[in-house]
Amino acid sequence: MSTPTTTAGHAAVPAWKEWILTTDHKRIGVLYLVGSMAAFGVAGLMALIIRAEQMQLGMQIVTSGTQYNGFLYFHGAAMILAFLIPGLTGFAANYFLPLMIGARDVAFPRINAFSVWLFYFAIVLALLSFVVPDAPDIMWTGYPPYSVTTSANTSMYVFTVHLLGFSSILGAVNFLVTVIYMRAPGMGWNQLNMFVWTTVAAFVLQLVFIPVLAAAVTLLLFDKYLGTHFYDPSAGGDVLLYQNLFWFYSHPAVYVIFLPAVGILYDIMATMAKNRVFNYKAAVYVGIWGTVGIAGIVWVHHLYISGMPDWIRLGHMVTTLLISVPVGILTLSLWGTLYKGAITYNTAMMYAASCLYLILLGGLTGIPLAIPSMTLHLSETSYVHAHFHFIMALFSAFALFAGIYYWFPKMTGRYADGPLATASFWLNFIGVNVTFWPLFIIGKEGMPRRYWDYEMFKDVQVMGFYFEDYHKVATIGAFTIALGMLLQTINFVYAAFAGKPAPTNPWNSKSLEWTHTVSPPGPGNFGDTDVVVDENWSPYEYNK
Amino acid sequence: MRKLLSAMTGLAGGALLSTQAFAQEIRNPAAEWEHLWNEVIMDITVIGVIMSVAAIVMLVKYRATSPEQVGTAKKLTTVQSISFALIPASIFMADDFYLAANGWTVWNAYRRVPENAMEVKVTAYQWYFEFEYPDGTVADGSDFSAIKVPAGQPTVFRMTSEDVIHSFGLPYYRVKEDVMPGRITYIWINPDKEQTEAVLQCAEFCGDSHSQMANPIHAVPQAEFDAWLAELAAEG
Ligand code: HEM
Ligand SMILES: [Cu+2]
Ligand SMILES: [Cu+2]
Repeated sequence: MSTPTTTAGHAAVPAWKEWILTTDHKRIGVLYLVGSMAAFGVAGLMALIIRAEQMQLGMQIVTSGTQYNGFLYFHGAAMILAFLIPGLTGFAANYFLPLMIGARDVAFPRINAFSVWLFYFAIVLALLSFVVPDAPDIMWTGYPPYSVTTSANTSMYVFTVHLLGFSSILGAVNFLVTVIYMRAPGMGWNQLNMFVWTTVAAFVLQLVFIPVLAAAVTLLLFDKYLGTHFYDPSAGGDVLLYQNLFWFYSHPAVYVIFLPAVGILYDIMATMAKNRVFNYKAAVYVGIWGTVGIAGIVWVHHLYISGMPDWIRLGHMVTTLLISVPVGILTLSLWGTLYKGAITYNTAMMYAASCLYLILLGGLTGIPLAIPSMTLHLSETSYVHAHFHFIMALFSAFALFAGIYYWFPKMTGRYADGPLATASFWLNFIGVNVTFWPLFIIGKEGMPRRYWDYEMFKDVQVMGFYFEDYHKVATIGAFTIALGMLLQTINFVYAAFAGKPAPTNPWNSKSLEWTHTVSPPGPGNFGDTDVVVDENWSPYEYNK
Repeated sequence: MRKLLSAMTGLAGGALLSTQAFAQEIRNPAAEWEHLWNEVIMDITVIGVIMSVAAIVMLVKYRATSPEQVGTAKKLTTVQSISFALIPASIFMADDFYLAANGWTVWNAYRRVPENAMEVKVTAYQWYFEFEYPDGTVADGSDFSAIKVPAGQPTVFRMTSEDVIHSFGLPYYRVKEDVMPGRITYIWINPDKEQTEAVLQCAEFCGDSHSQMANPIHAVPQAEFDAWLAELAAEG
């Protein structure tokens, strides 16, 4: 999978040391990939336990509500904080952003190495929650007073968030400086890959909003272990302060996941359709930066049923609905990129095409949730659960998988495509629909989320079937996905070592990571000649 | 653009006015919820179908016929670029404001408690709800027994919590609101004239027995309700 990085004159170092001590952004990217895929695996197992428990009325698999809540806590927290954010901004940005702008590394390679190890510490700390006596069970949102009054170990959650947050902030500063100062000579802002733009926007969001999250959870720690009362109304605190701070970060965090995922799709679709990005400037300046601009003023839509003052809820209804403008422009430009294209299909493109469906389904089902009077009923139901899995979990995860297939030849010199890839794609795609569609249906009739049982709904029917029937179908879907993911993992590992060898630029892309360097690129990325581009160059100019 | 904006403000204003006109009669927010739901689903289905068909047509139609083939999309002129941003943005905004205005009307129905509503005080605990009726009678929901309210007459729940955050959710009535320590929140329902059995469940994660924090809520004829309350009061 790797080429030796020791250049002449250096003493040979053992391979494992080379990885641990590396400051090469590509190796750091691979470390992020391995770590986040591992988190995905463990969190995925938790999802299977959760789904298996919900398959029938009554308690079958877990032995207490608290144990179930522990699994749910781990699944949610790990999927977001340890899989999607590090996978998209850690792996994908680390490996490809410097290559795409023609830089030899990031601005601060040692800080970069430090941040990946902070990420690993955080994962280890999170995994320890399976062995400590009072495992955290506070959900990834960690709302007080519960998280303060429970005997569960809230500090574990807080420290994990601190480590990941610190790691992300270091990454954000590093990459922003890299993009601002280290672009190849001649490369103007309007010549950047869409993926570069979307990750820059995501890093800006991280930099601005993470400190708020860090503050929120730090106060939580103080309340629980030092006896302060920031969130305790009986001593002059405010219960909703935490929720406001938490979502002030965590709503923008949704875009930290969403934007790079869209960026990956643009790059794949433009390359596979050999076409220019439709209305590039509108997509960048209205779509991406419009999203960033609105990101910070919609958080109250997570508090629609929290007893916020009515006028605030209505104000946030309007801002939330207005997100449809930048996101609509982005979507239109993504669609337009196919117009008059010359599309070649491979596994990456199949994942990208399925993302077009996932973004539509996930995005449009969010519209009822933007309207407070609708959310008054839908909030905290499995309708929400299905909506956010489609838009965030599945759309973004599928975009990441699309990216892995697309860049696989770059990282390994081999293709990952083949019958196993096709089979696992279809299992995953069918699986997600079978898993999450039933949850929309029972969610609308009131199936609550975060419930391991639904005894109180046992006689309620929707279209002639009981809730239990829908849960059964969903669980079958989840196991279908699990099989797909298993095959996919086997495929990645096999292909990395024994896949069909690929040429340097197998997709005939115009983007710098394909045109200016070998696969996989060695230290310093571009050999002996620096990358220079002229003002007419564009990563998407196929049809001159 | 300005015309469009003023048309949209007009739309929102009109919705506000019509709310005023209806304010007198007692409305049924749950029915209005269902109505708006259908409208929104129609709205997103139309957008979804148009976009899906566009995607599928392009994915099929623009397949490459040879490996050397490249896409032939022309570079947009400045006017085209701006139009392709402004026109869709205006359409999206018009739809947003339309939905916002309709959502607002339903919202007002939910938040304006009718004057003749019976007031029930709810206190949430880990893991049950307790109900205090206007005459001071307390129904302790901790045994998950049915809680009764009179049918055909609005009931408002004024709610607070003694420990953590809970949420008072009535899916049948299409409404829920969080219940928090140190704050009082409310929701009201307008139960149908007939006997209705509905589920009340906690909808905000509150620990171990969150999934068990539920009661049936029965809307029963006034006489039956009075008898039930008298029985509760006698039990003390
Ligand atoms: C791929 C298969 C997956 C399955 C079968 C699955 C299943 C589930 C289930 C059953 C729940 C519990 C819902 C409830 O009762 O409230 C859940 C919650 C959740 N899932 Fe997934 N999930 C999957 C993937 C993902 C991914 C990729 C993410 C990444 C963002 C994710 C993020 C979450 C979050 C944030 C929660 C909420 C946890 C909470 O309530 O605090 N899931 N998932
Ligand atoms: Cu509760
Ligand atoms: Cu609860």
